[in-house]
Amino acid sequence: MSTSVREQRILEIIETARSKPARFRDEHVTMAHGAGGKASQALIEGLFVPAFATPALAAMADAASLELGGARLALTTDCFVVRPLRFPGGSIGELAVNGTVNDLAVAGARPAALTVSFVLEEGLSAEALRAEVLAMSEAAREAGVAVVAGDTKVVERGRADGMYICTTGLGVRDERGQLSPAGVRPGDRILVSGPIAEHGTAIMLARGELGLEADIESDTCSLWPAADALLEAAGASLHCMRDATRGGVASVLNELARASSVCMTVSEAAVPVAPAVAGACELLGIDPMYVANEGRLVALVEPEAAPRALEALRALPGCGRAADIGEVGADPPGMVLVRTAFGGRRVMDQLTGDPLPRIC
Amino acid sequence: MRFIDEFRDPELAQVLAGQILARVEPGRHYKVMEVCGGHTHSIYKYGIDDLLPANVELVHGPGCPVCVIPMGRVDDGIALAHREGVIFTCFGDMLRVPGSHGTLLDAKADGADVRMVYSPLDALRIAKANPERTVVFFAIGFETTAPSTALTLRRAKAERVRNFLCMCNHVTIVPPLRALLESPDLRLDGFIGPGHVCTIVGARPFHFIPADYGRPVVIAGFEPLDVLQAIEMLLAQLAEDRCEVENQYSRVVPPDGNLRALEVLAEVFELRPHFEWRGLGFISHSALRLTEAYRELDAEAYFDVPGVRVADPKACQCGEVLKGVIKPWECKVFGTACTPDHAIGTCMVSPEGACAAYYNFGRLAREREFV
Repeated sequence: MSTSVREQRILEIIETARSKPARFRDEHVTMAHGAGGKASQALIEGLFVPAFATPALAAMADAASLELGGARLALTTDCFVVRPLRFPGGSIGELAVNGTVNDLAVAGARPAALTVSFVLEEGLSAEALRAEVLAMSEAAREAGVAVVAGDTKVVERGRADGMYICTTGLGVRDERGQLSPAGVRPGDRILVSGPIAEHGTAIMLARGELGLEADIESDTCSLWPAADALLEAAGASLHCMRDATRGGVASVLNELARASSVCMTVSEAAVPVAPAVAGACELLGIDPMYVANEGRLVALVEPEAAPRALEALRALPGCGRAADIGEVGADPPGMVLVRTAFGGRRVMDQLTGDPLPRIC
Repeated sequence: MRFIDEFRDPELAQVLAGQILARVEPGRHYKVMEVCGGHTHSIYKYGIDDLLPANVELVHGPGCPVCVIPMGRVDDGIALAHREGVIFTCFGDMLRVPGSHGTLLDAKADGADVRMVYSPLDALRIAKANPERTVVFFAIGFETTAPSTALTLRRAKAERVRNFLCMCNHVTIVPPLRALLESPDLRLDGFIGPGHVCTIVGARPFHFIPADYGRPVVIAGFEPLDVLQAIEMLLAQLAEDRCEVENQYSRVVPPDGNLRALEVLAEVFELRPHFEWRGLGFISHSALRLTEAYRELDAEAYFDVPGVRVADPKACQCGEVLKGVIKPWECKVFGTACTPDHAIGTCMVSPEGACAAYYNFGRLAREREFV
């Protein structure tokens, strides 16, 4: 058997192994289980989904789709443990609203109501708490969502990093789109709503552990205007949206490629990255495609509708650099490839390990 | 990015690809080893393979600092990390390297205070901020990173930081290369030399390769155009029947290396009689330890380190991969039992490891043609 045929056979065996549901077989929880990469996937697919065994959960969307008394609803929940609590461009409170609002928005649901739970550390300054509550109320007002219920717990000093916030969001699913992680089709174009990797990079620098300084702000914002514009411009041609949080755009594309059994090819040169972000990532040896965003979505759109979807995005404030970064193909299924700016090709796999813990 | 994008220019890449194609003798199979893991990473990250004819084969060498650490050293490190009062510091990749009972990350989840640092100076800073604790820095790397460890130790000594210790795993590149060249199952046409090691040691230590073993060497930088140009220069030497050490990376590598760095290395480190390499076994005079003058900063002198010797896992063929005898995908456990998230072998851990680079970036069918 020739070398290339043997290599091909081994690659097929590996792909078969990879396409099986991940198993949770670690002895401890490590930081990697919270990083949005392979270990997170193993935890979700190997423990949570089989244990709760509900169709809404098994769909693995950003928000669960529910039908209650004839109403088409979306429900999602998220907790926020970011360190430091305040960073250039945002803070934990703003993130706690936008993060949950965005999970609803990319599920094609207009955000309606939020609940908020605080876990506060003994000794937290009242001023810091007040500032976060104000940031939340401001973000909620901007996103057009009402905070309708809440809870507070306090733990001893040293048992939490100032504060953790959990939010749950309820939204009304929009009639214009039929969105699903499994709905991506060969031929679809891959759009991003703006320059990537700003949130993760801003947090990284704000921690001051790297001795780097750059003018980079978190991109945290509500994605409902972008989702709304895409639904309006593309309607049923919009197959799926995702907010590219932990694990970045690369992780989102890998999840969708697996869920829809398609191949995705990204053109590296077409991906918008601000020069300061590109420079910081280059120095740290991190690929911006894996860095978290808190106000960027990835949309999969039929090719005919892609230009008008992109135009609609670019008309929005903050989305002027939205871009078409690649296309969906059939083979090899479940994989994401990159056409490098240099002219070669490579795989862009799911993240292993955790380059940067606790960014949201 | 200025001064970086120039070395990633796709048009120049096409020009170099054309020159390489013109250099290739039709029907001849070329095997070129890139010694350094940084090159392996670049080759896969930029898809450099795609720009070469199929008869130019790149073989990945032993120059990945994480990949050559044997399991016993990881076990020793974990034992230190679990000591009362110890803060254990190391570079991020090292956290995921498996010992015989798990990784440093597992030790961290198990309660050990293990912290990732970006520089040995960060570890020293942690020591100064925690005077009641003992901070151990697990030092790894070739001649490239050894000077920064040496300077940190020199500073710790000068500032009389009493709670800072170094567990030294620094290794040197020439002995494993010599071991490799002695190995009978190896067939290589030339070497892409480790640019960053040469920044410190210069080009001279590599002259034995053409002189004693008749193989050309081109010292190369790490941007994709550097690697392509080095391949072209190697093929030119072979075509013109020349055999010498050439320096493609002259913008960074001085012929005699960095004399000040070499000076501080000589002050702080001395050669160990022998050191165990993952997959390659014991190699004489291939690693560094602290000199007598720095013994008080040596974690191995301060603590009773278990000195664990663990045989490499049977299924794992890291040794053959490090020697370039087999391709990563030819290993029996590659991609199935051994993956980056559950690595058996070290080559699957570091982004510079041949197996991890192939698994993460290279795992696709290439449509390249033989000429």
